[in-house]
Amino acid sequence: MSKPTFRGYRRENGRVGVRNHVVILPLDDLSNAACEAVANNIKGTLAIPHPYGRLQFGADLDLHFRTLIGTGANPNVAAVVVIGIEPGWTDIIVQGIRKTGKPVAGFAIEQNGDIATIAAASRQAKEYLQWASELTREDCEVSELWVSVKCGESDTTSGLASNPTVGNFIDKFDAWGATTCFGETSELTGAEEVCKTRAATPEAGEKFLRTWQAYMDEVIEPHKTSDLSDSQPTKGNIEGGLSTIEEKAFGNLEKIGKRAEYVDVLTPAEEPAKGPGLYFMDTSSAAAECVTLQAAAGFVVHLFPTGQGNIIGNPIEPVIKLTANPRTVRTMGEHVDFDCSGILRREMDLDQAGDGLIDMTIRTANGRLTAAEALGHREFVLTKLYRSA
Amino acid sequence: MSKPDFLVHETKDTVGVVVVEGVEAGQQLSGWLMEIDETLSIQALDAIPLGHKIALGDIAAGDTITKYSHDIGKAVADIGKGRHVHVHNIKTKRW
Repeated sequence: MSKPTFRGYRRENGRVGVRNHVVILPLDDLSNAACEAVANNIKGTLAIPHPYGRLQFGADLDLHFRTLIGTGANPNVAAVVVIGIEPGWTDIIVQGIRKTGKPVAGFAIEQNGDIATIAAASRQAKEYLQWASELTREDCEVSELWVSVKCGESDTTSGLASNPTVGNFIDKFDAWGATTCFGETSELTGAEEVCKTRAATPEAGEKFLRTWQAYMDEVIEPHKTSDLSDSQPTKGNIEGGLSTIEEKAFGNLEKIGKRAEYVDVLTPAEEPAKGPGLYFMDTSSAAAECVTLQAAAGFVVHLFPTGQGNIIGNPIEPVIKLTANPRTVRTMGEHVDFDCSGILRREMDLDQAGDGLIDMTIRTANGRLTAAEALGHREFVLTKLYRSA
Repeated sequence: MSKPDFLVHETKDTVGVVVVEGVEAGQQLSGWLMEIDETLSIQALDAIPLGHKIALGDIAAGDTITKYSHDIGKAVADIGKGRHVHVHNIKTKRW
C-alpha cells in the first residue's frame, strides 16, 4: 500500500488533530453541573464530566493535572473552557493547556455561584465555538497522525486475527514514521519477557520490565486473589474462550506487529518526547482508563480490536472498533467499524486486513464518525493511584 | 482448503481454536495450521463453542499448554485429544 495522506486541523503548536472540539472541562467533580449547563447552552460544545479532583495529593494529583491538561491540549480540541470550584487549581489546568497556544479560559465558582459562572463561561464558549467553526482542514502527512491501540473484551479471535490486523497496521505506520502507542501493563503478564525483547534499545527494554515489575509488586501482590477475581481474564474473555492471563497476553502483544520496536516507556498520560516511533505506556488494562490516558498524551485516533464486543468510545479521540468474531459482527454489528472475520474463513489475509484498517483510519481522520461517536460513547475515566486525603 | 473449523497458530502448539459456531461432540473438524499453511483433521469429543480451544493431542495433568509457541498455563486434569480445553482443565501459572 502506498503512503496515504489525510486532511486534518493543524493547531498552533504544529500538531495535527482530526476533530475540532470546543471542550468544557471541569477541574473537579463539583464543577460538572456548571460544565454540562454551559454545553447545554452552547450547542456544539462538549462537556467532559468526571468524578475526581478534590483532596488529591502527590503523584496522584500530578496525574490528575497531567490528564486534564493533556485532554485540553490534545490536537482534536480547538479551544477549552475550564471550570473549577476555586481559581488556584483551575489556573494550573488553564496554564498547562495554554502552552499549546490554543485559546483557553478558566472560571471559578466560589464567590460567584453556578449561575453567574455558567453565564460568563457560556459567553466565552460561544466565542470559541464560532471561532473554531471557521477553522479548515489541510493536507497532512500520515506521519503526523498519532495513533494509539488497546484491545478489549478480547477472545481467542482477537489473538488470531483482529490484534494481528492492528499489528500489520502498526508495522506499516511505523515504517512511515508515525507515532504510535500501546499500553496495558497487567495484560502483558506471561509475555513480559517477550515484550522486553521488542524494545528498540536495551534501556527501553529494562525500563519496560521495571514498569511491569513495579505494577506486580505494588498493586497485584498486595491485593490479588487466587484468580485475580476473574478480572484477568475477565468474565467476557472466559466466555470467549481465553483461559489464562498468559494466553491473553500473547494475543494482546500481537497488536504491535512483527517488526516495530518501542522507543520508550511512558508514565500514564505522558507525552512522547523521543520523536516518531512506537511507545509503551504504563496503563490499566481497563478500556476507558487506558484510552483516556493515551488521548491525554496527545494521540488523536485509536484502534480498538474486540472479540466479544467492547463498546467503548472517548470524548475527544475517535475509537475505531474492529473484530474478527463473526458472532459479534452478527449480534452487535452497530458497534463495529471494521470487520476482519474474513481472516478466520481464509477469505482475507493479514496484509489485506491491515490495508483495510488503514483505509478506515484515514476515512476516520478525514471526518467519518466512528460507530462509538455515532452511538454517543464518551467514556472519560481518570486513573486514580490511591485514595484522596 | 475452504473455510476451516479450527485454527492453530504455530506448529509447536498443543491446542487449536474453534472458529465456527455449533461444533458438536463427535464432529470431524478440518483445521488450518497458520504458521506453515497446512491442513489438519481432528474429531471433536466435546461440544466446543466458537473461540474455545480443542486439544490437538493427549495432554496429561501438569503438562504445559502451548499456544503461540509459548507457555500459556498448565493442565489441571488429563485432557484427551479432541476435548474442550478451558478454565475447567487448565490454569495460569502466574496467580
